[in-house]
Amino acid sequence: MIEIENINKSFGENHVLKGISANFEPGKVSLIIGGSGSGKSTLLKCIVGLHHPEKGKVLFDNSDFTRMNFEERVPIRKEIGMLFQNSALFDSMTVEQNIMFSLDMFTDMSKAEKLDRANHCLEQVNLEGRNKLFPAELSGGMKKRVGIARAISMNPKYLFCDEPNSGLDPETSIVIDELVLKITQELKCTTVVVTHDMNSVMGIGEYILFLYQGQKFWEGSNKDMMRSDVEELNNFVFASPLMKSAKASMGQ
Amino acid sequence: MIFHHIGAYLILLKAVFKKPEKGRIYWKETILTMTDIGIGSLGLIVIISTFIGAVMTMQIAFQMVSDLIPNSIIGSINRDSNILELGPTISGLVLMGKIGSSISSQIGSMRVTEQIDALEIMGINAPGYLILPKILAGVTMIPMLVIIAIVCALVGGLLGGSLSGAVTPADYILGIQDNFNGFTVTVALVKAVVFGFIITSVSAYKGYKVKGGALEVGQASTEAVVVGCITILAADYVITALML
Repeated sequence: MIEIENINKSFGENHVLKGISANFEPGKVSLIIGGSGSGKSTLLKCIVGLHHPEKGKVLFDNSDFTRMNFEERVPIRKEIGMLFQNSALFDSMTVEQNIMFSLDMFTDMSKAEKLDRANHCLEQVNLEGRNKLFPAELSGGMKKRVGIARAISMNPKYLFCDEPNSGLDPETSIVIDELVLKITQELKCTTVVVTHDMNSVMGIGEYILFLYQGQKFWEGSNKDMMRSDVEELNNFVFASPLMKSAKASMGQ
Repeated sequence: MIFHHIGAYLILLKAVFKKPEKGRIYWKETILTMTDIGIGSLGLIVIISTFIGAVMTMQIAFQMVSDLIPNSIIGSINRDSNILELGPTISGLVLMGKIGSSISSQIGSMRVTEQIDALEIMGINAPGYLILPKILAGVTMIPMLVIIAIVCALVGGLLGGSLSGAVTPADYILGIQDNFNGFTVTVALVKAVVFGFIITSVSAYKGYKVKGGALEVGQASTEAVVVGCITILAADYVITALML
């Protein structure tokens, strides 16, 4: 369980996050949605400790992550897996080395065991046999899948995804969404996804946190969202013709 | 502004010298970087220092035309100026351009593509993992390159002197051996170790602190070379003043 309490973050004069609180439950995919500049990615970076909020707390199973120093954070970090917007795979390493990197650093597993684990992770994301390729040789969707494989290599308790579908075609986006959902259910991990892709919202959004101008404007499930009368949320959700027609057909 | 950078540089160095998560992996990275720096820069150092040695010999000979001065002095002057100044400093400046810009753009690219964030989220001390092997490789390989540069400059002097007729090989070799003071080599090695540290740490700092995109990575790389070269020259002055 991840709890965030009254998170405030500014960059100079720009007050990006204004007192955001929420709970992200284990075994569920929680989505942070909002328009560009609403503070979604900044909130995610505050949660994982890449940004330090000026006020507020981030609790990982009741441990206050915000007050910990680097060394104290390491045990929690080992339980975190993260998929970055641009995958952030290590260019100089092969697919296999990328996945085995955390295992190399933090476990005493033998090389064969690590290789088994890497192959298992690659199977999970349907990339068997691509071990020796370098990130430059992969397509955007494959990079994301390797990113997921790397994120789950240590059996994470917490999984974070920053815009997992950005730059992907609709078909690949669905594959990535399904993978995130499958992994969350299998590992019973607390998954937080930042997205503005409405397909993801409708497909895997069990809990949705809507940010608007740095504030928490609405929270609920994707079904509640379709019936919401919050104007800012409706403007965001039903901006696309597809969603408009979905709402119209629901009305009928 | 300069104090802000010095402070940030020292804070980064503190993080760099923290205990490694796994020494074996850091060691492997160090060996790879040593190969990169050492083998990768060898050709450039050999060419530059050989030509410098040859040109120096001809210029010293040009200025020393006198029946009162023995020709062997050309070898002595070439030897001391190459060991004490040209070998370490020219090599340092050249390597700052080659290795420094490479380290800065490599780490800067990792910063803007979130690879450093990925390391941090995994719980890895990113400054230690990325920078410590480079510093260790720099302070071991650059002194070796400087020694090679000095030898090449002396050989270049021999070739340049005999090909141009400025000094006979026998006079030149006599000059090189005459009144040799081993302490000058110690000074050269101290300079080389300090320059190795400056080249790797300054360029890594500039790369690590990049914000933005490809343009900023390029700018950081240029800044790293400029700041590194000035720092090398300042350190050269201080070491010379302290040791000689």
